[in-house]
Amino acid sequence: MDNHSLLFNAFVYLLAAVLAVPVSKRMGFGSVLGYLLAGVVIGPWGLALIREAEDILHFAEFGVVLLLFAIGLELNPRRLWAMRKPIFGLGVAQVTITAVLLTAIGIAFGLEGSVAVVAAMGLSLSSTAMALQLLTERNLLPTPAGHSGFSILLFQDIAVIPMLAVIPLLGVSAANETGSQFDWLALLQAVGVIVLIIVGGRFALRPVLRLVAATELREVFTAFSLLLVIATALLMQAVGMSMALGAFLAGVLLAESEYRHALESDIEPFKGLLLGLFFIAVGMSIDFGILLRDPLLIAGLALGLVMIKGIILYALGRFYGLPASQLPMFALVLSQGGEFAFVLFGVAQTFAVFPASITDTLIVTVALSMLTTPLLMVLNDRFVAPRLDHTPAPPMDEMEDHGHPVIIAGFGRFGQIVGRLLHANGIDATVLEHDPDHIETLRRFRFKVFYGDACRLDLLRAAGADSARILVIAIDGREGISRLAELVRENFPHLQVISRAWDLAHVFELLEHGVCAQERETFEGALRLGEEALKQLGFTAWRAKQAAHRFRAHDEETLDELYQHYHDDFELRIRISADARERLREIMQSDEDHLSSRADKGWQQASRAVAEKTDK
Amino acid sequence: MASSQPGIVVYCAHLAIENSVINRAMRDAVIDLANVDFRDLYELYPDFFIDTTSEQAVLRNADLIVFQHPIYWYAAPAMLKHFQDTVLLQGFAYGPGGTALQGKDFLLAVSTGAPAEEYGPGGIHHYPFEELIRPVEQTARFCGMRFMPPLVLHGGHSLPDEVVTAHAKRYRQLLENYQRPAD
Repeated sequence: MDNHSLLFNAFVYLLAAVLAVPVSKRMGFGSVLGYLLAGVVIGPWGLALIREAEDILHFAEFGVVLLLFAIGLELNPRRLWAMRKPIFGLGVAQVTITAVLLTAIGIAFGLEGSVAVVAAMGLSLSSTAMALQLLTERNLLPTPAGHSGFSILLFQDIAVIPMLAVIPLLGVSAANETGSQFDWLALLQAVGVIVLIIVGGRFALRPVLRLVAATELREVFTAFSLLLVIATALLMQAVGMSMALGAFLAGVLLAESEYRHALESDIEPFKGLLLGLFFIAVGMSIDFGILLRDPLLIAGLALGLVMIKGIILYALGRFYGLPASQLPMFALVLSQGGEFAFVLFGVAQTFAVFPASITDTLIVTVALSMLTTPLLMVLNDRFVAPRLDHTPAPPMDEMEDHGHPVIIAGFGRFGQIVGRLLHANGIDATVLEHDPDHIETLRRFRFKVFYGDACRLDLLRAAGADSARILVIAIDGREGISRLAELVRENFPHLQVISRAWDLAHVFELLEHGVCAQERETFEGALRLGEEALKQLGFTAWRAKQAAHRFRAHDEETLDELYQHYHDDFELRIRISADARERLREIMQSDEDHLSSRADKGWQQASRAVAEKTDK
Repeated sequence: MASSQPGIVVYCAHLAIENSVINRAMRDAVIDLANVDFRDLYELYPDFFIDTTSEQAVLRNADLIVFQHPIYWYAAPAMLKHFQDTVLLQGFAYGPGGTALQGKDFLLAVSTGAPAEEYGPGGIHHYPFEELIRPVEQTARFCGMRFMPPLVLHGGHSLPDEVVTAHAKRYRQLLENYQRPAD
């Protein structure tokens, strides 16, 4: 593929996606169907703009790998451990029952035993990419049904490994006895790689990520994120295991690290694009030639597959006590054949378990079944779900994250003081910080730390901005502060914002953005120093303190007064924000009028007299 | 409308009102009364920088001035003493032209830790309670105010809830039924 055709292909994919997905979404079919149809249109049986569907499919499978990595990031080991029951209960039940039933049907229709077994195994698996995309789009992952669905998909990812191992044994071309010793070696390698991933992920990755983050170059961090996933995937593939499973493991191991959200948001666009490409490729690989030759058979197979899988899932969901309102959705979302079927059937053909005709038929069936899912989901959303009792299911505990009441954005010289004061008083705070140096220390002291730019909405959300009460803006730089204050007011109006401010003009700007308290960052420090200077000149400590208090009170009064006119007095606004020198002159005049001329009374007068005597 | 109801200002001083039993119950009993300006001095002036001008204005507008606090070392908490030192100044509260408080009513509403019987000969505090609060009484008189019979709750922390509740209720009734002194 030369450069031109690469760019041309990219052009076609992107154009197709940009045209098809919005239309599909607008019509209520979701993005997946849009991608699939775009694939059909540009594929060999449509406009024939793209021909190498299979290569693309292979490449785009990396989107599924990234998807699993991202999901792993959401699940720390503790949560994963809590899911062991649904994974191995529901997961095993779904795969075995479906596979056994399909095998029996296959044999009943006159298929050879080994063919029926391999076909049934492949068809029993669902499409992780499709199901997760549909669940995420509808925000259903945290529900019981979403949770169970995810458990099944995870088990299927694991189940692929023994399935792939079994196929050569069933093949005629493979000498059946070559295996046993070789198999042990493969098993050993597989275990070794998994141990390597777990140990490496647990102990080596964090320091490495820290080093990478310390470069403060976003693209290097992004590059490393991708490198990490690709390396893990290649490692797993080298020992014959599912790339997606490896990426998932790596994700789980990083789920508790402070870089989780930075990784997530860096991977996100790649994941989205590649998944889209994957669905396009599935659409392209539907061989309409076979479909047209035997439309009834293929349609029957696809519908039969969806029905059988759906019924089994429905029964299992019922048996495992899923809420009735979610059962149809649960049954439908996993009812299709999946990308693993493509892989499995490919391998089966290589080992001559399948004749090519069966492979082609089954692949079209699977692709077609994938086309049905988004449609069935839409039908369910429109006609079935509204009739069912819709008591909102309680969200799963393990998926929930109880945030701290305070978020501190920025933990430099300023934020540290705020954070230490809160910490000393037993208040847990969540910290957003982009300097990796502080992060290790903070984590040791029960702070929840998120690495990254505080002005990113996803990071704020991840840090619990939805449930926190107070946000302390302590980042450096006035533009950043204003941007963050504005962002928070738009997206988290309930949050009380306490902000570091630059100068008077910035204070007003922040007040306009609805902050409830602000402090000019140099004000208190400078005032303390002024007080100290007075003391050095012979003022008593008390009198110097009173002078500072009086000064602060006057300054605040001036500020309030100016702010009251800020809105309606355009000229004033210009004066405040434009001419610092003019502003200073005005303010100092006011200081002179109010502070020096104020006649101290009673003891204050006496103390002044004393101070003046000592002054000289 | 405002003139029909007498103006009451309560100056409350307590180092930890959030942990207090009696003073918090008393605060909660009166804080919602429309004609009561409840001023928690430690909350208003945590750094002891009292705004003399505005507090003098508050005092001028009040008919009844209440000092509500626990007794610390036979006196008010330091904040309330500081309030007197910085607000009740010459030319305002006393001395030439110092007539701002003349003719107003003054109520002391206090709590003590020890039970009543400890105040008097033979008790650990030796002096009768009225003797110990003479400085406040005289301060009020010196400023030309009428010193009303103080509202005192002895016995501090060991009191059953009902007694505290009843006391707070009595406090509220006292403020509710207060009539502006006839000039």
